[in-house]
Amino acid sequence: MLKQISGSIAVAKAVALCRPEVVPCYPITPQTHIVEHLSTLVKSGELKNCTYENVESEFAAMSVCIGSSATGARSYTATASQGLLYMMEAVYNASGLGLPIVMTLGNRAIGAPINIWNDHSDAMSVRDAGWIQLFVENNQQAVDVHIQAFKLAEALSLPVMVNMDGFILTHAITRVDMPEQSQVDQFLPSFIPRQLLDTSAPLTIGAMVGPDAFTEVRYLAHEKQQQALSIIEKQARQFEEIFGRDSGGLVKSYDAESSDIVFVAMGSVVGTLQALASELREQGQSIGILSLRSFRPFPIKSIRNALKSAKQIIVFEKSFAVGMGGVLASEVHMATHGLHIKINSIIGGLGGRTITVKSLKNIVDLASKGELEHETFMDLDLETVEKEINRQRSEPSSGSTAENILRDMGVVSASKTH
Amino acid sequence: MFQIRIHGRGGQGVVSASELLSVAAFEEGKFSQSFPSFGSERMGAPVQAFARISDEAITIREPVMEPDMLIIQDPTLFNAINVFDGVKTGGYLLINSSKTPAELGIEEITSQFPEHHVMTIPATELALKYIKQPKPNTVLLGAFAAMSHMVQIPALEKAILGKFPSRIAKPNITATTAGYNLIMQKLEEAKEV
Repeated sequence: MLKQISGSIAVAKAVALCRPEVVPCYPITPQTHIVEHLSTLVKSGELKNCTYENVESEFAAMSVCIGSSATGARSYTATASQGLLYMMEAVYNASGLGLPIVMTLGNRAIGAPINIWNDHSDAMSVRDAGWIQLFVENNQQAVDVHIQAFKLAEALSLPVMVNMDGFILTHAITRVDMPEQSQVDQFLPSFIPRQLLDTSAPLTIGAMVGPDAFTEVRYLAHEKQQQALSIIEKQARQFEEIFGRDSGGLVKSYDAESSDIVFVAMGSVVGTLQALASELREQGQSIGILSLRSFRPFPIKSIRNALKSAKQIIVFEKSFAVGMGGVLASEVHMATHGLHIKINSIIGGLGGRTITVKSLKNIVDLASKGELEHETFMDLDLETVEKEINRQRSEPSSGSTAENILRDMGVVSASKTH
Repeated sequence: MFQIRIHGRGGQGVVSASELLSVAAFEEGKFSQSFPSFGSERMGAPVQAFARISDEAITIREPVMEPDMLIIQDPTLFNAINVFDGVKTGGYLLINSSKTPAELGIEEITSQFPEHHVMTIPATELALKYIKQPKPNTVLLGAFAAMSHMVQIPALEKAILGKFPSRIAKPNITATTAGYNLIMQKLEEAKEV
């Protein structure tokens, strides 16, 4: 049924359609509306046979998910940013134990400096945590991928994280085709746990594993992620059959195979890139987009196949590894090794900075002329940056960078303190 | 694609206005999108919200940089920020004020718009009259419909009824209709002159 609905509420309704049994939550912007609405659905009785627990922290939220999932209950939570960091130890445990928890990450920057806006720093902080990490371009995909996430998690006995851009998607009101309960029931069977804590047949999970077996257990975790590659594709097709729409699998291509310049990106920026590409195509330019929908597992083969005819690849990402550069860019480098295609890395949209078509067009212009730097921080205010660098060089007690920059930009009139 | 940017202050229902516009357009079978400018929202602080209406699916996510319709819920913003940034001079401008553009000191800008594309309306006064609260948003939505014809009053009514409980929705619908009627009357008068 078509609805004009906010991303958060649509996701909460989609999760409810998946009949979760335990939902422990701790609110944090920008995912708060999701868990708030789920609590309303439980309270009103619309979501039956579900325990909603307003726990005391994110660490508790994931810990409760671990406990409830291990006892065979379909378990869900949501978080963002610092909340994810606060639950980190439990995040690793959930995947290490192989528990099929589904979690929404309303992507947001990580402080300091404190910043509540969107980027992908939080998702990247758990890129090695063993979870499956899926990204969505829009709120229709957000709804559809949450439904697929439960099926995927339970098929593999592995936790799945659905990444949706905070604010840009969570707070946007757009048209979404909300699935029917009968469709979801047809697609998603009831949860049959691979491992079960049951007081009538007592056992323990989470054994200490020493050097003699640790490598094997870790290798199997890696192997499970490789299994996910084919299961994600298969389930995407099953989803399409039942729901009548393609919500994408490992990657989604927008003329990537047939274009000279191909952007590689994840999340809502793909929508803006589509607007850019259609405008530039009308002007005769050959621009495609490869939207990465599965970041973990990283679909090396699909990426390589989609990009092999490109003349130039521009990887756009909303986070970077400080001291190294674009994480996605280096992984795309690896996926296209030996193809000898020029790859540029663009870092943009950090901490909620607007990604404009105008700035992206400028990137394409530079790329077409062969003038695009290997690594570019889009819309970086170089003058301000240089001023602070010089200040640090010339003054031993130059003060806090964040406060200095804000003062230089006239954002605050904070007085200089020593 | 028709793009709308709404400026106001926290507490004036700026975000709700963009949401209601998008829902009304959806009710009429169009594609639409709305979202606020994100920040630490607080009463009285400048707030922006955006809406897009189109016959085709909308994929772009950037804020509305070049609005076809600019709605100013609070004219004191003229002194605080550049609300006219990027505005298309072929577009529309709707201001919540009982004053004329000349009295507001913005004639230099408004004179660049086509005839009848700039309207001022005492939306706060009308809101106080109909909904007993200084929330000018629904009056302005009615005025928007009269100026742009991008949405019709029945769809706005439906959107308001969907968002608010009946006791709040009803006076707001009256306010919306009042805004619509006042602009239609102004346009009629302008024709006669």
